[in-house]
Amino acid sequence: MEANSRMTGLHESRVQRQKSSLFRQSLKRLMKNKLAVAGFGVVVCMFVLCFIGPFFSPYTDNKINMTLMNKAPNLQHLLGTDALGRDILTRVMQAGRISLTVGLASMLLSVFIGALLGAIAGYYRGIADQVIMRIADLLMTIPSLPLLFIFGALLSEWKVRADYRMYIVMLMLSIVNWPGLARMVRGQMLSLREREFMQAAVVLGLRDSRKLFHHLLPNVVPLLIVMATLNIGGAILSESVLSFFGLGVMPPTPTWGNMIDAANNMIDFQDHPWLWIPPGLSIFATVIAINIFGDGLRDVLDPKQKR
Amino acid sequence: MSTYLTKRLLYMLVILFAASLLIFCLYASTPGDFITGNIKLTAERKAELREIYGLNKPMLERYGIWMNNAFHGDFGYSLAQQKPVLQLFNDYIWNSFLLAAVSTFLTWVIAVIVGVISAYKQYSWFDTLVMVAIFAAMSLPSFFIGLFLIKILAVDLKWLPPGGMITTGSNATGLAYLKEVVRHMALPVVVMTLLGLGSLTRYFRSNMIDVLKQDYIRTARAKGLKERKVLFTHALRNALLPAITLVGFELPALFGGSLIIEQIFNWPGIGQLYMKSFGLRDYPLLMGFTMFIAILTVIGTLLSDILYRVADPRVRL
Repeated sequence: MEANSRMTGLHESRVQRQKSSLFRQSLKRLMKNKLAVAGFGVVVCMFVLCFIGPFFSPYTDNKINMTLMNKAPNLQHLLGTDALGRDILTRVMQAGRISLTVGLASMLLSVFIGALLGAIAGYYRGIADQVIMRIADLLMTIPSLPLLFIFGALLSEWKVRADYRMYIVMLMLSIVNWPGLARMVRGQMLSLREREFMQAAVVLGLRDSRKLFHHLLPNVVPLLIVMATLNIGGAILSESVLSFFGLGVMPPTPTWGNMIDAANNMIDFQDHPWLWIPPGLSIFATVIAINIFGDGLRDVLDPKQKR
Repeated sequence: MSTYLTKRLLYMLVILFAASLLIFCLYASTPGDFITGNIKLTAERKAELREIYGLNKPMLERYGIWMNNAFHGDFGYSLAQQKPVLQLFNDYIWNSFLLAAVSTFLTWVIAVIVGVISAYKQYSWFDTLVMVAIFAAMSLPSFFIGLFLIKILAVDLKWLPPGGMITTGSNATGLAYLKEVVRHMALPVVVMTLLGLGSLTRYFRSNMIDVLKQDYIRTARAKGLKERKVLFTHALRNALLPAITLVGFELPALFGGSLIIEQIFNWPGIGQLYMKSFGLRDYPLLMGFTMFIAILTVIGTLLSDILYRVADPRVRL
């Protein structure tokens, strides 16, 4: 922590050098945790598979082919085909693109909102703190699943175009997720601003924005990285629940969640398990890998919280 | 303490009031209402019904009426079921409570046992296995694992019923009824227990690891006490105590049902009632349910803070 705070005040070139050494130290410790490395490997594989895999699939055009309806897994179609004769493996990969993007983007957005508002609340205190934290309390009081359901229903009311829905779903998830992050960042800020290096910053007569973004926030970054990583898994799960109940991203845009929607049909559920089991396992594999990796990161970046 | 409590309770009321306003406005702006969905009605009849139910009034006026009634203990009538919301809650809540109570009990018992053993044998193969299982449990998509188990255990193997609380058309009584309910609740309870196990086992494991490193454990061992006594009397008690702060957080889950699990397993609980009402836009019920959970959440948090002080007198409220 000390090295971390010291480095932030230095000039660009030296910052670069020190940052890389801290980074290298952490990386070295992370590499020792085999489980975390394996988790990271699975996450990378998932991303590569979903974003590059479809280019190698001969079935990306999603052509409707009635002769290939609901075929069980076979050599041509490794995971079978759906009711419109589309290849499931290709669809799972294409759906993964959306699910992973939604998870990643909504995490970035909630971390951005949470860190910014939390920092402002913790640094300025007073009225800003009151307003921000009361809104956070309010959002945390309302149960999140019903809140997401309402937002989902509102999307249909506003006649949001199907391909825009995924962006709004990201926004919805961020609205539900930022209060927890803001509360955490605020707590850190409250203790950091009393530290000696901040007195030094005041004596130097630095601007508020410089104190906030160059001296305070960098100290929260390690913790933020950990929270952000674990947040991706949660966002992917939430998106899948919403899409499963038809309130998230809607077909024809495939996501892992709305592919499992096939299980809501009694015949598909009982007789065509290849329609909904692969996307479910994909969610499970991705989230477990992210969580294991995130936990390894926490051990390295935030040893105080070691569990 | 008492000034703290007064302040805290006042703040709780303000937050709940704000939450009710926000939720009401959100529900009121969701598309359609209870009448729109009924295609059998003529336009005049629809207008007439909206007049009767007060659905044509402005949003804020409706909120005022709702709030006023709520203050007098009247949470309105369910439009779809034509029963008071509170009576419906009473009808469904105990089914939810049954599921939640059994699975919460199982979760805590298993989490304590596994967590303690895992901590005692830290870094053993058992511990590693438990850690992987913890991550698996924390990463399960609840609806998918529910569907998956129904498919395998109920549809394919036919060991357990796929859903519901009793077999359709069954009029079993007494012991036979009890047996039927137990068979039906087995799967949802297993899934709910699985979902809760991850974080709780991890909590007890890390608590126990911290406690085992304490000086008083070394003292106890140095005194020549039997390892069992050290473990169960000296360590376990101290590892369990902080967990009473978690009791408060269990409150919404215990009485609020589970939207996803009850929907998947067709369990006649309050969560499934909510899911049904959501499609029908049965506002009084939706509003009542959401506020009910919000109240439980707020009370649960307060309870946790108070219990935190009970567990650790150094904490000042």
